[in-house]
Amino acid sequence: MYITPEGKEIFIVDGHTHFWDGSPENQANIHGKQFIDCFYAYHSNLSPEDQLWEKAKFEKYTEDDVYRDLFVDGPDDIAIIQSTYLSDFYKNGFSSIERSTSMAARHPERFIVNGTFDPRDGEKALEYIHYMKENFDIQGVKMYTAEWNGDSKGWALNDPAAYKCFELCDKLGIKNIHVHKGPTIIPLSKDAFDVHDVDHAATDFQNLNWIIEHCGLPRLDDFCWIATQETNVYAGLAVAMPFIHSRPRYFGEVMAELLWWVGEDKLLFGSDYAIWTPQWIVEQFWNYQIPDDISAERSGVQLTDEIKEKILGLNAAKLYGIDVEAKKKELSGAPVQIAAE
Amino acid sequence: MSMATLKADLEIEVFERLERVTDPELDEPITDMGFVERVEVVDAKKVEVDFRLPTYWCSPNFAFLMAWGIRQQVSSLPWVHEVKVDLKDHCFMERVNEGVNGDRDFREVFTEYCNGESLEDVRLKFMAKAFDRRQETMLLAVREAGYSAQDIVDMTLAQYDALECQGEEDAKQHPRYRELLVSRELAARPDDPVFVTWKGTSLTKDDLKDHLAKLRGTRINMEFNGALCRGLLSTRYKEVKMGDDGPTLIDFIQKAALTNAQAAEQAQR
Repeated sequence: MYITPEGKEIFIVDGHTHFWDGSPENQANIHGKQFIDCFYAYHSNLSPEDQLWEKAKFEKYTEDDVYRDLFVDGPDDIAIIQSTYLSDFYKNGFSSIERSTSMAARHPERFIVNGTFDPRDGEKALEYIHYMKENFDIQGVKMYTAEWNGDSKGWALNDPAAYKCFELCDKLGIKNIHVHKGPTIIPLSKDAFDVHDVDHAATDFQNLNWIIEHCGLPRLDDFCWIATQETNVYAGLAVAMPFIHSRPRYFGEVMAELLWWVGEDKLLFGSDYAIWTPQWIVEQFWNYQIPDDISAERSGVQLTDEIKEKILGLNAAKLYGIDVEAKKKELSGAPVQIAAE
Repeated sequence: MSMATLKADLEIEVFERLERVTDPELDEPITDMGFVERVEVVDAKKVEVDFRLPTYWCSPNFAFLMAWGIRQQVSSLPWVHEVKVDLKDHCFMERVNEGVNGDRDFREVFTEYCNGESLEDVRLKFMAKAFDRRQETMLLAVREAGYSAQDIVDMTLAQYDALECQGEEDAKQHPRYRELLVSRELAARPDDPVFVTWKGTSLTKDDLKDHLAKLRGTRINMEFNGALCRGLLSTRYKEVKMGDDGPTLIDFIQKAALTNAQAAEQAQR
């Protein structure tokens, strides 16, 4: 719960968080090391100075850290934990559904744990989707199209094998497909950040919600165009949010484009924890206004309190079927406990 | 002139030549971005250049284009007999280094990783973005200077050449926009309109607002990567290391590049 300076309670759903293990013990090779190093560079580069973590903590933080950072020091009511295996880089997976579910067990009312799969695994991917539904009753999955898998260095949402998986998701009621468009490696002629496969998949799977993390950046214009055409495409704001601190005017330009093209009902807050913690992002976001000259270029769009409330929680609550009033009551009766230090 | 001075002079010459190599995604010289890690001239004829990108995962096609740009530019110096380019700490470095230093034509190597698409097509895509970004800077600058929409779409190459730039960014982009415009034959004679689209279409005053919105879209994308690249590089590598004889030339150059990058960052906030 975020309490505004006027005392209003704002319900927060953090749409993009992780509980990873990037420690040297779990790294399978140099790629595993370089992957977490790159995350750490994002962290140290875009965080306010007083929010910086030491490398070792960043590589592997504890369950208590998660509770404290998200719910005690942080304003989150609900956190959506994403799974990402990166099996070519990490021995036991980077962030596995089993480990995250076990972490969430102390406060299950606070977490939604999403699964993931790799369509290139063929039949095994389909079996795995069944396994996740039966054992964890997942409502969503995180797709990472730049993941390496043997000789393959990436895949597209409209690959035939991926379509088989999405058909199964649709059938099992796994509705929310979070997509992280990482840079694709080969072919080199392809735009590494291309988002056009989203268009095909969203058209062909109208029952599924397509939440594109970091709102398609650095292909914001293409993404906006697609999201305008498709009613089931949403923008996750992870990675875009921290620019509010380092480059506030730039953040305003991004938000103006998103509000103009995609609309206030389809934008979802995400801190990308543990790359960033939600407390400072939510606080700065609540106090933020798009500069007038930027807003004027897009017919005066602005982040009103009402719109901010939607972005910070109400939009995600709709996608995940959360009854906000009931949830608020439930949570106020069950404060988060962390072990005494 | 001592051997050491000659070597240092030649290294500076190489470094200046490298200023012509740009990061295709950002349209910034790789020297300004601080990507060049080491320049060494051996026996006044052989040149070794090491470069590093902000992350291990930076897109390999950018890495290829930059590596080849380095080789091409350095080879164009008359005294250079041999060039060795070394990309460090990158997920695709073996193939990039093999491709750029091998005997095969680099277009051929690139095509192999491109499902048949040519290097030139990929280059053109990036050039179009660079054109948009440079043009936006100049359009905003002339608008700021008080030119009306009609004045702007009517502006000729001759009038453009006579402009006096007020800001640092438009002073930088003024010659760069012109260079691309003329090299793509989008304007040639002094009375040709200077603000046209990349496809060569002329603009009317009513088009200008939508056209600017499109250019802004290109810039927002490029700035996202630019901001991340500068920041990530500074957190990945930046410490000036002292050699046995004090800091080396490249240390100073890098330090300058970093300071410039930070200043640019500050200016944009």
